[in-house]
Amino acid sequence: MKVGVVVFPGSNCDHDTYHALKHVCGQEAQFVWHKDSDLRGLDAVVLPGGFAYGDYLRTGAIARFSPVMRAVTEFAGQGGTVLGICNGFQILQEAGLLPGAMLRNRTVKFLSQPVHVRVERDDTAATAGISVGTVLTMPIAHGEGNFYVADDELERLEQAGQVVFRYTTKDGRLSDEANPNGSLHAIAGVCNRERNVVGLMPHPERASEPELGSADGRRILEALVASLVRA
Amino acid sequence: MARARVYVTLKKSVFDPQGKTIHDALLSLGYSGVTDVRQGKFFEVELDGLPAEKARATVEEIARKVLSNPVIESFRVEVEG
Repeated sequence: MKVGVVVFPGSNCDHDTYHALKHVCGQEAQFVWHKDSDLRGLDAVVLPGGFAYGDYLRTGAIARFSPVMRAVTEFAGQGGTVLGICNGFQILQEAGLLPGAMLRNRTVKFLSQPVHVRVERDDTAATAGISVGTVLTMPIAHGEGNFYVADDELERLEQAGQVVFRYTTKDGRLSDEANPNGSLHAIAGVCNRERNVVGLMPHPERASEPELGSADGRRILEALVASLVRA
Repeated sequence: MARARVYVTLKKSVFDPQGKTIHDALLSLGYSGVTDVRQGKFFEVELDGLPAEKARATVEEIARKVLSNPVIESFRVEVEG
């Protein structure tokens, strides 16, 4: 299984993601430079966290125009598996591959803390095989993670089952205190209609080994790999 | 040379945490008459070799495609000939 980790100028979770995929999950991983426009031979692409292009203009706004994103869009359109983590999620939103946009956190603070998210779907590229209702503990680290879409679009997302993760308490209950950034419907991750493109704000790669305080994120990376084996 | 100004603002329906924080600060400074603050972005764009009408069309395209995110923002363009 060959997984590409895209490197934008300003990515800073690229090496962590590479490490988790290669050394923890035992997959063949390779970096993909943002100027590359060829993803041939890859089974999946991960857009890692960081601050691509310094978050200038808006998070992900400049990165979405880089050559690699044309290739990622084509790859996704052909059913290829794409996972966006944090800034990678924001880039996928700007590129129109995932719905919604991120507003500044409601507290206006950069939040770096562990959170609990509940898995809402077990039929996406990043959650296949993880039972609905499972609560995973992973860290977030973002200033703009306040998920927003217009009301009618939010309704459509819910109906279509495109909400993949929600911020909850440790025992899986929704509560305002458990929603760190003010996201609508406590949304922490979504997928496209076809379920092959998934984005989430928490960092699975930073919670992929017990030494890091949680190995829950590994389940998402393993699910990604498993979905490729099946495909 | 044409010069354009682009104002990008959050849509009215979108909560603006930064504007709210500024508003709260103004109230605590005693500006009790201030009822709301919304923060936005302002761009000055210079274009060469385009008549004003073409320049407007180009800048509107840039504002739509790049300078704003239609999910959360709207924009307004002013062009000087």
